[in-house]
Amino acid sequence: MAIEVHNVTKRFGSFTALDDVSVTVKDGALMALLGPSGSGKSTLLRIIAGLETPDAGNVSIAGQDLTAAPARTRGVGFVFQHYAPFKHMTVYDNVAFGLTVRRASKNEVNERVGELLSLVRLDGLAKRYPSQLSGGQLQRMALARALAPQPKVLLLDEPFGALDVQVRGELREWLRRLHEEIHVTTIFVTHDQEEAMDVAGQIVVMNGGRIEQTGTPRELYEQPVNEFVMSFIGPVNRLGDALLRPHDIQILPGGDFASGAVEALVRRVVHLGFEVRVELTLPDGRDIWAQVTRETTAELELEEGQILSARLPTPRLFA
Amino acid sequence: MAVSVRRLGPRAVGLTYLLALLGAPVAMIFYRTFEHGLAPVWNAVTQPNAIHAFWLSVELVAIVVPLNTVFGIGIALLIERGRFRGRALLGLLLDLPFAISPVVVGLALVLVYGRTGWFGNWLTAHGIQVIFSIPGMVLATAFVSLPFVARETVPVLHELGTDAEQAAATLGASAWQTFRRVTLPAIRWGVVYGVVLTTARALGEFGAVSIVSGRLEGQTQTLPLYVQDRFENFDTTGAYAAAVVLALLAFATLLTMNLLARRTRRDTAV
Repeated sequence: MAIEVHNVTKRFGSFTALDDVSVTVKDGALMALLGPSGSGKSTLLRIIAGLETPDAGNVSIAGQDLTAAPARTRGVGFVFQHYAPFKHMTVYDNVAFGLTVRRASKNEVNERVGELLSLVRLDGLAKRYPSQLSGGQLQRMALARALAPQPKVLLLDEPFGALDVQVRGELREWLRRLHEEIHVTTIFVTHDQEEAMDVAGQIVVMNGGRIEQTGTPRELYEQPVNEFVMSFIGPVNRLGDALLRPHDIQILPGGDFASGAVEALVRRVVHLGFEVRVELTLPDGRDIWAQVTRETTAELELEEGQILSARLPTPRLFA
Repeated sequence: MAVSVRRLGPRAVGLTYLLALLGAPVAMIFYRTFEHGLAPVWNAVTQPNAIHAFWLSVELVAIVVPLNTVFGIGIALLIERGRFRGRALLGLLLDLPFAISPVVVGLALVLVYGRTGWFGNWLTAHGIQVIFSIPGMVLATAFVSLPFVARETVPVLHELGTDAEQAAATLGASAWQTFRRVTLPAIRWGVVYGVVLTTARALGEFGAVSIVSGRLEGQTQTLPLYVQDRFENFDTTGAYAAAVVLALLAFATLLTMNLLARRTRRDTAV
């Protein structure tokens, strides 16, 4: 179901967490709310869920204004950052909770919980307690629990934040597939631009309680509307007011000054596995860095102290 | 062996302190009680007044502990989850029973509910006697044992945080369902410990109850009051025997809670 947020403002004391924010999420979409901490993204998610009340504005789900509705009647599945497991209940009872509070029949509960546990690949762990699960398993249990009462929308607050890098990668992939399978409108909050771009079809970039830009990962990367979005969504070099992407800087053999290339001194070469980071000093003394492939590095035999040529792309200037 | 001496030092000091303060006096009570055999003890504790005092104490505990458990949890929820001004004040008020001497509590209750007190006329007109009868004793006992459940529950609630409760709400649980199925099971050890302390305090209360009860033999005399009464009447056997019963009741309370805690912990394997 579609989610619409209109002109929502939220203050905590003198701090404005959200300043006149409006967002529309289409039915069945998978959207990321991306921003640094304190940008208001989690507050927005919690307002949609009914866990916070906005000072102004309204929230509707599936065309129904729910601004004044309590969380429990909104039909929203929410996955908390630290999963908020019910520690004294088994995995089974955790997942069944949203069904048993509605007094669903035993058979119904049994069937649905079984279905969900196999969906999140936790079959066989039904009798475990949360303390006996790994982070990734807890995360999936929390997801199954949120999905059990068949929510209209699914909201996830930093769903991968507390996991180690490898598990995080697997779960991202898995969440994307799960969304393709069940197609419930989903919003997740993250401060990790790579995660947002990897998982979401649509990204809302937030900063200081406002929305900076909304778009597909590609749109944000290629046409950032301002400096904040450009520097948040990917690495940048800053030359005065101008911003350049490091991978747009082309490195040529020394003395090759074709198409406006300039002389550059290699300060440092850092091998980061697949890519190589080359730190350069330009003739005017300014420092930049370029991202090149291993092949280029080998071809040019890059090393510290070497002088070569660098062709800079047309920089972006934001007013 | 310098190392072991250094390690045993604090242990020895701690144990000596405990022995001097607790072990020796309690042991002495037991020794003096049973030094002439079981018969006189049995005789003393089966006196009608002793039996009456025993059941009166049990009755007070049976009324006060559930009351203070319910209100203690309620107050803890207000302090930890409430959103209103004066929450700090509530916490301060809650500690009053710790700070005020029980004797003062007793006198204060007499001033308010006694025949010449604020509500005295109204109460007399409606045929309700508070002071020198059970209601007053319940009030006094409840007052002095009020903070335990709340004080034990507040930190557990704080530690628990609100995430699980909010999760329950998004899953469609009502406030009561959330409390029953999520909050209460999570704070149960704090509550149980608070109940143990409340029971012990209610059983042993002397000062406040002594004033509001009027210490009427066989009517408003609780077990601690009975001990004092026997002692003042040079009936040491009676006093010691009743004191031992009181001590055994306290031990039984602690033991029951301990076993209960152990069993439940094993069952849930958390």
